[in-house]
Amino acid sequence: MNDYAITLTDDLLRPLIKTSWRFWTLAILLFGVVSLGIGAFAYQVHYGIGVWGLNSPVFWAFDITNFVFWIGISHAGTLISAILRLVNAEWRRPVTRCAEVITVFALMIGAMFPIVHLGRPWLFFWLMPYPSERLIWPNFRSPLVWDFFAISTYLTGSSLFLYLPTIPDFALVRDKTTGWRRKFYGALALGWTGTTKQWHRLESAMQIMAIAIVPVAVSVHTIVSFDFSMAPVPMWHSTIFGPYFVAGAIFSGIAALIIAMAALRKFLHLEKYLHPVHFENLGKLLLMMSLLWGYFVFAERLTTWYGNGPSEMTVFWQTQRQSFAPLYWTMVVVNFVLPVTILSFRKLRTITGCVIASFGVVLGMWLERFLIIVPTLSHKYLSYSWGSYRPRTPEILLLVATFGAMVLFYVLFSKLVPIISIWEMKIGQHPQLAHEQMSRDEAATMWRTQP
Amino acid sequence: MTAIYGLFDKPDAAQRAYTGLKRAGVASADITVVSGEPFEAFEFSHRDHSLILFRLALVGGIIGFVSAVLLTRGTELAWPLVTGGMPIVAWWPNLVIIFEMTMLGAIVTTVISLLITSKLPSFRQTLYDPAVSDGKILVGVPLGGGRSEESVREALQAGAPSAVKTAQL
Repeated sequence: MNDYAITLTDDLLRPLIKTSWRFWTLAILLFGVVSLGIGAFAYQVHYGIGVWGLNSPVFWAFDITNFVFWIGISHAGTLISAILRLVNAEWRRPVTRCAEVITVFALMIGAMFPIVHLGRPWLFFWLMPYPSERLIWPNFRSPLVWDFFAISTYLTGSSLFLYLPTIPDFALVRDKTTGWRRKFYGALALGWTGTTKQWHRLESAMQIMAIAIVPVAVSVHTIVSFDFSMAPVPMWHSTIFGPYFVAGAIFSGIAALIIAMAALRKFLHLEKYLHPVHFENLGKLLLMMSLLWGYFVFAERLTTWYGNGPSEMTVFWQTQRQSFAPLYWTMVVVNFVLPVTILSFRKLRTITGCVIASFGVVLGMWLERFLIIVPTLSHKYLSYSWGSYRPRTPEILLLVATFGAMVLFYVLFSKLVPIISIWEMKIGQHPQLAHEQMSRDEAATMWRTQP
Repeated sequence: MTAIYGLFDKPDAAQRAYTGLKRAGVASADITVVSGEPFEAFEFSHRDHSLILFRLALVGGIIGFVSAVLLTRGTELAWPLVTGGMPIVAWWPNLVIIFEMTMLGAIVTTVISLLITSKLPSFRQTLYDPAVSDGKILVGVPLGGGRSEESVREALQAGAPSAVKTAQL
């Protein structure tokens, strides 16, 4: 093994083998935050959903905002990783696993909210199609049932997409450790040895999964948007909602990925592997998505304003000028003005710049989900049915706990699994092959003669 | 069964040993090459290329598609509830379920096919050396079938192995 491979293996296995007091402090702190959310949930289960600020006509608020937000964040990982794998982007190697983990945990957190929102969460299995004693199966014409199918497909696919390329690394950890760790990682490695057949099958499977997971990821957030756009409700019943939600999901996902990578780089000392160029490239993607988000918002707002329908304009002005205007304009600043300003200039597109822009985007995208749901529900067609909404402590605690849970899961995962794919990093060090260089030369010639 | 294997530092050395074994009359299928990372540029990595996973994924997708059609259409016909003015068998909304189940079928089949064709999980003794995790490449052959230990050792020397060992499988 060359020096690079030895250092790489040592650096990436260190967090798995050595545990510092900082890890335990952080884990206990985060567990405390998550416990607050569990307490708030237990309080809600005991006293009923009336302990929330929900009331007629606003029946969806923080919980569904959290649901849409976290499903959006989940688009960071598998989708980006799959696209980068398919286009064979070399710089993807240290990024993919960091990203795929976000997908799995964000999906788990997001998918929990429709269940929390049920009020009687213990009956959630009624959503599943099984021959029930009630003799009624779920209605496949309901977008909420579509959610169940889309999210469970995406969660299954993403979990497998994360697990498969981890198997060779589990085998490596198995060989490098002793005692319970050897048994634990040996079980996870499934007896992987690394024969040429196993490598070939793994790479083929990853290619197929990457092809399959991209349309599934797009479908998931499109279907989440259908929860809204299938209803004839002002500002929801729009054909633009599918792509608008998908773009927003990828936007917030990239922001979450940048924050996670910066934290890993700092706390696990991965400076040798997560280079400024990775943040530079993701920063460019974030800039592109910010511009795309701005385009969608403009198209949506202009169409509504030009149509001048009374019920739609009521919601429109609520967000532009009235009670929701401070949140709306904050969203515009942190989702568009701030990232475009920072990321357009190469000098500002540093790790710090990308992280600042990303924090803004995460905040802005949560606000966007909130502003899609609450102003519309509180100002539907008939003015006598208008109402207002103010969150109460249990809802706020649940929201805070989701962020705590995300960080806690991420910290625990990076403690148990190499957060960067070791074998993929090693492949990145292989010398460039002669036939690859020839193909590039041929491609360059083609572009010169047949532009 | 006894097997004999060499450990090599570099993939080109492993390739020389692989070629040496083939020249000595060992069938390609009998040669085991184990490494800590894939080496796509070398001949020994190319003998297992096949499209079986892609084909099986397609079959899985078709199974998912048919199951989804049966589930949605069958349910709607068994409980003919009119919803939102839609027909009893409403294909537009059903397409959502059909798409998701088709993709799920393809994904799950891919993973199951990977596990079966790679013989995973496997907890029985196979030709392996933990030195592979230190970057060594293992090239080995089971003895028998008219092969002598000397001829295999000689063929492995073509790649100048860092060690030659025997293993009981």
